Amino acid sequence: MTDFLLELRSEEIPARMQDRAREDLAKLFTAELAKAGLQPGELQTYATPRRLVLIARDLPAQTDAVSEETKGPKTSAPPQALEGFLRKTGLTREQLVERDGILFAVIDKPGRATADVLAAAIPAIVRAFPWPKAMRWGAASTTMESLRWVRPLQGIVALFGDAVIECEIAGITSGAATVGHRFHHPHVITIGNANDYVEKLRACHVIVDQAERRQIIALGATMAARKAGLELVQDEGLLSENAGLTEWPVPLLGRFDEAFLEVPPEVIQLTARVNQKYFVCRDAAGALANAFVCTANIDAADGGAKIVEGNRKVLAARLSDAKFFYETDLKVPLEEQAAKLDRIVFHEKLGTVADKVDRVAKLARWLVEEGIVLPSPSPLVGEGRGPSALADGKGEGDADGASAATPPHPSVASLLPPSPTRGEGNLADLAERAARLCKADLVTGMVGEFPELQGLMGGYYAAAQGEHPAVAAAIRDHYKPVGQGDDVPTDPVTVAVSLADKLDTLVGFFAAGLPPTGSKDPFALRRAMLAAQSLTSNNDLRFRLSDAVTFVIDILAPKEDTGRRWIWGEKEFAARDVATGIVASPQTLVDEAATSAALTNFFADRLKVQQREAGVRHDLIDAVFALGGEDDLVRLLARVRALQGFVGTEDGANLLAGYKRAANILKKEGFVAPAQAGAALPPGETGATNATAPASAGATASGYTPEPAETALAAALDAAEPAAAAAIEREDFEAAMAALATLRAPIDAFFESVIVNDPEPAKRTARLGLLDRVRAAVHNVADFSKIEG
Amino acid sequence: MSRTPYKRSVQADGAAARPSALLKFPPPCAKARGVTDRPLSFQGMILKLHEYWSQHGCLILQAYDMEMGAGTFHTATTLRALGPKPWNAAFVQPCRRPTDGRYGENPNRLQHYYQYQVILKPSPSNLQELYLGSLAAIGIDPLVHDIRFVEDDWESPTLGAWGLGWEVWCDGMEVTQFTYFQQMGGFDMKPVAGELTYGLERLAMYVQNVDNVYDLAFNDAGVTYGEVFHENEVEMSTWNFEVADTDSLFDQFRKHVAECENSLAAKLPIPAYEQAIKASHVFNLLQARGVISVAERQAYMGRVRDLAKGSCQAWMDKNAEGWKAEYPAWSAA
Repeated sequence: MTDFLLELRSEEIPARMQDRAREDLAKLFTAELAKAGLQPGELQTYATPRRLVLIARDLPAQTDAVSEETKGPKTSAPPQALEGFLRKTGLTREQLVERDGILFAVIDKPGRATADVLAAAIPAIVRAFPWPKAMRWGAASTTMESLRWVRPLQGIVALFGDAVIECEIAGITSGAATVGHRFHHPHVITIGNANDYVEKLRACHVIVDQAERRQIIALGATMAARKAGLELVQDEGLLSENAGLTEWPVPLLGRFDEAFLEVPPEVIQLTARVNQKYFVCRDAAGALANAFVCTANIDAADGGAKIVEGNRKVLAARLSDAKFFYETDLKVPLEEQAAKLDRIVFHEKLGTVADKVDRVAKLARWLVEEGIVLPSPSPLVGEGRGPSALADGKGEGDADGASAATPPHPSVASLLPPSPTRGEGNLADLAERAARLCKADLVTGMVGEFPELQGLMGGYYAAAQGEHPAVAAAIRDHYKPVGQGDDVPTDPVTVAVSLADKLDTLVGFFAAGLPPTGSKDPFALRRAMLAAQSLTSNNDLRFRLSDAVTFVIDILAPKEDTGRRWIWGEKEFAARDVATGIVASPQTLVDEAATSAALTNFFADRLKVQQREAGVRHDLIDAVFALGGEDDLVRLLARVRALQGFVGTEDGANLLAGYKRAANILKKEGFVAPAQAGAALPPGETGATNATAPASAGATASGYTPEPAETALAAALDAAEPAAAAAIEREDFEAAMAALATLRAPIDAFFESVIVNDPEPAKRTARLGLLDRVRAAVHNVADFSKIEG
Repeated sequence: MSRTPYKRSVQADGAAARPSALLKFPPPCAKARGVTDRPLSFQGMILKLHEYWSQHGCLILQAYDMEMGAGTFHTATTLRALGPKPWNAAFVQPCRRPTDGRYGENPNRLQHYYQYQVILKPSPSNLQELYLGSLAAIGIDPLVHDIRFVEDDWESPTLGAWGLGWEVWCDGMEVTQFTYFQQMGGFDMKPVAGELTYGLERLAMYVQNVDNVYDLAFNDAGVTYGEVFHENEVEMSTWNFEVADTDSLFDQFRKHVAECENSLAAKLPIPAYEQAIKASHVFNLLQARGVISVAERQAYMGRVRDLAKGSCQAWMDKNAEGWKAEYPAWSAA
């Protein structure tokens, strides 16, 4: 058994691609060998910025010999058939084997040398490699067929035991030679075999194993921080990234000017992490320290003094920019910034951000005044929470639900007056205030520089200018939830602003005829809808989507005397360049009904996606939606949940079967309920009147004696209909289901003993009428025809 | 020198088949000229780079005489990158980025600064080593300073161009953009060109160890960068942000668009391209004046892109036949 080493050396491979590349290399290698019937023993893969390595243990020298048998013609077959077979196999008649009157060609394939298999496999692997982004290079790239690799491929080491596997790809010939560290050991080194590879490279300042480099960085950075009396803020992402950027990692601690600590810690951490890939540190009290840890790729001749100094300067330049922005921004009240929002176009068809803010403010107030967003039962706001937690990992936002009530910065928290949110009037004012200021930070210098800090900075600035803590928190958190899994705000002011913002965006783009299409969702409307739904369901907000849509459209596109509704878009923009054709006219005619309908569909679609994760069946959502008019999310979900519980029971499953049988018969007979029978009532609100049409009265009027099963079903309906209707009235959907469940046995008995299609028209009509009542009763809860199974 | 493994010369340009001083620090010639004791001045660094790249087979060109946002806009890069003909050139290009102006008050930001551009087509197989050799030539020792190639895919929507490569970090500071062009003007590069863009001021600040760009030694006789450019930054920032007449700028934009189309109709790709560059700069000024909204931005950038791509298309159309005759393996599409 022999070990195989493959090193694909290239110019620097992006750090983020290295893990995946190792997996792909192992996968492709295994697949290539499997084709030849080879299965390697243990596989190891390594990645550094400059090399992708695979070591396969215990390969045989040869593949197994295989005997392949091909079935030929019968001995009795005409000579042409035999000739054809001999031609195809290249054998003579004497070489064929006869068995049971049939001729077989037996071809013994001797085992192939594994070296040959490998020589063919390497180019195949390189050519098929699935890099997320690949490029062409060099003189060969005059044609588009030249090799593509993540960055120019520079060399191939391929050793089977001590022997070079010879192959050539795009002018690169395999061999035993590679190079060491780019600067410490740029000279050629010759590898003996798979077993000395890792150590030989280590001697040339290359740690081949990415896990080892990670460990070196983790330990080195932690120790460097500890030596300075600090604690490293752990960051897995940074560890991987730095391990992917170095072959010889050397963590070094540096200090930055303490004056920068006046800048919010999130800003410092973001700058250090994203722009520079530095770790940051905490002091003993848990606050951000004026220290960073960078990871160099060399053992510097001067111990790293110049490297630390250089990195300190770069960070200082970035932080002084940030500090300048922060201080400049603090001098300008947010109202003043908000006034500048009329210079930023939200969307050409929907006007400026100032226009949007105005709508959001009105909508946020409306949400409170309509009693949709209620004051928080306990005065959550105004209570500081100790020093702002310096988050590990991504360092973005706090992770618990209480975060909405936490003042954003410890240094400004003490300035805030403790005035809890109580009472609706107060809440409406706060919601409107927060909404009017929520986008003001978009024109601040800091957010201009670090767009990912939008919201957060507004929160800081609001707190600093003495806004109510709930207002500052709402400004900070009103973009939340961003995607599934993000915290859903619970503070009423934040909820009102966040929901208003999302609803306005949704209604606006749908009204302007810009809904998501296929895979394209340039305005992130899917995310906005999911966020609106999470806000609504998590906070138990009771409102109908259509009411909110109407409210927004009335502001966005007020009805004119002509009866038409126009969105005028950005007026200046329109006037200036439409004529020259540089931009299209932003004016849109709004179809209110179509907008509402499209949004309701979109609402249902997104709800199915969101609820799938929670294990809710999409067909049940369809079944409730099919009733029409149900766009109160909380009620809708309660119905769906009750329904899901119900169809899972034996009663539910049987009732569903009975319903489907009834519905099929009704459909086949084209049955339309006679008006006086009182059947086929519209679902929902009118359900209560259903109970006032006694079934027995109908039956006797038709002039025949009903069979016991008919009477029983009619009686069951008489009891179930009002019970279900009353339960629905009080939104007790479990009880409504329970009422329907009482129909199960009578329906089963009915189908067992009664023939619906009786020759006597009176009987037939009466029985169909009964089935129709069953269908109508069920439709009080959901359209069961949409339920699968 | 002979011990270095990097003995390959620049390939495929034929002109640079001499051994280079790669990765040698200090460069063998440095002592003799007495420059190791004191770091290079700003102009000294430019001269050194010119000398280095000239030795490695590059034409030393001069800057394009128009306002542009990046050296990549120089026709020596955009237009010459297209087609099969080998092309190796280096030049300094002043760049104008009106929105980066800080009235001369920020130690790191300028609305007018210099890029050193090297374009090598086809990209030589030892391009990284050549580049590192140029850093050594200007006094950066890779065993004292941490040089890193950090992923940075480059894209210029305005030019319909993209490439893969890195930003080169020196002790955490980005000093060079290193790109293998894959497309230009919407056309696949055949062959691929390598582009190096050095930020000269940053590099000089690094080499001279100064914290403020205006403190850079411009020459070795005591003239600072600030003496040459500070007033320029103050006045131009004021004009870019506060004074420039926006109606006039909008008018200019339209006229450049029209003139570009006019030139394209006359099958004159170079004049057309110049108009596209002018339109691009006017657009940058409008942005600095804060009168272009986000939505408009897209529309205006799209317009500039169309002009630039149209010019590249015209350049291809005009030259394809000749290229094809000279390089039979090459095809435009």
